[in-house]
Amino acid sequence: MSTPPISRGFHGRGPSGKSARIPPGQHLVTDFPVLSAGPTPEPDLANWRFTLSDGESPLGEWTWEQFNALPQTDLTVDIHCVTTWSKLDTTWRGVSIDTLLEAAGLSEPPGPFVLIDCEGGYTTNVPSEDLLDGKAMVATQFDGEPLDPEHGGPARLLVPHLYFWKSAKWVRRLQFLDSEIPGFWEENGYHIYGDPWREQRYDGD
Amino acid sequence: MTETETPVVGAKHLQWMTATVREVIDETPRVRTLVLDIPDWPGHKAGQHVDVRLTSDDGYQAQRSYSIASAPDAPHVMLTVERLPDGEVSSYLAGDLRAGDQFELRGPIGGYFVWTSALAGPVFLVGGGSGVVPLMAMLRHRATAKSAVPATLLYSSRSEADIIYRDELMHLAGQGDGFTLAHTLTREQPAGWNGLKRRIDRDMLQTVGFAADMQPRIFICGPTPLVEAAARDLRDLGHPPSLIKTERFGPSGK
Repeated sequence: MSTPPISRGFHGRGPSGKSARIPPGQHLVTDFPVLSAGPTPEPDLANWRFTLSDGESPLGEWTWEQFNALPQTDLTVDIHCVTTWSKLDTTWRGVSIDTLLEAAGLSEPPGPFVLIDCEGGYTTNVPSEDLLDGKAMVATQFDGEPLDPEHGGPARLLVPHLYFWKSAKWVRRLQFLDSEIPGFWEENGYHIYGDPWREQRYDGD
Repeated sequence: MTETETPVVGAKHLQWMTATVREVIDETPRVRTLVLDIPDWPGHKAGQHVDVRLTSDDGYQAQRSYSIASAPDAPHVMLTVERLPDGEVSSYLAGDLRAGDQFELRGPIGGYFVWTSALAGPVFLVGGGSGVVPLMAMLRHRATAKSAVPATLLYSSRSEADIIYRDELMHLAGQGDGFTLAHTLTREQPAGWNGLKRRIDRDMLQTVGFAADMQPRIFICGPTPLVEAAARDLRDLGHPPSLIKTERFGPSGK
């Protein structure tokens, strides 16, 4: 790669402001920005259902009460949005994907890929192994409080080691698949996997 | 939300390109437009954005996203940048930067919050502050494409001095080509102001916008609270969520 042009007079916060926990091209924020492609859905806990499926075949379905009766997991993690903000030490509570699989009577995921379906039609995709071994959960609480609708409440996926668009808001179903199907942003030019440490923002990165 | 546009970013890696500042235009005391020369610019659609990367002389880099303000058919790519308090990149772009300076960018990015003149039906644009930037790209595109699609912009600013593109918007609204402009000034109004003077609310969206049965394509861009409220109100007014596209900015732009 050729040497980038120097922006005359630009100093920025300088390298001293960078933590080893901030991936390349990211910067630290202390607030919690909101990014969504459309309106925030109204929570409807009475009709809320969460489903695991193998293709279209249901493997398990939970009402809001049933879901909250599952063993809960706490996670404190750093999150990284593709729009370049990172937030450190965020605390979440929810149900790990390991727990969900176990509750559905499965010892392993029924397929190597997952397509995540959300209220409002949003989708995203991740490899199944990225959801296992405590790496991911369906989160219902942020910072000790029920998750705000604008941040994905009542429940969002949390896959903190990938760019945050993978942590889909208003999640309703995890569909296990034999082959990978790109989700919403992945169809719209964003990277199929999205590892912030390899700066996989866009297709081809 | 289920409606997707053609992917605009192809399998080809998005390369960093060098942009040279051709001209700097002060829009408001805090907002400035950068007119750029980008030799390898691949073209864009109205509503897309770019990632900008600044490099200091000691090698430090900082990267942020900015909406493109210019129409796809304009001779130069233009970005409009609001200087944010403590904004590491924006305070440079809308501060120290001057004609002849260079920085890197890559794009265009985003295939969703996009409008082209080939799309049928009326279009309702709702913007707050510098959220008007991608909406302006759409209006400029509509004007140069001589589109007859009815279009309305509802634009919320704090005061008259904070209105970005004020003269150009007024000019576009005077063309009699189906574009309607409504300003609302939320904090301070000039003497004799007989326009709207409150935050965007449901009544305003209903009065200014198109009826739901006309199925307008709706684009909302601005600070999160404005976008959240306007999207919710429009949904409550019967507009299908699939026709409501949102783009938010906030302190994340710092």
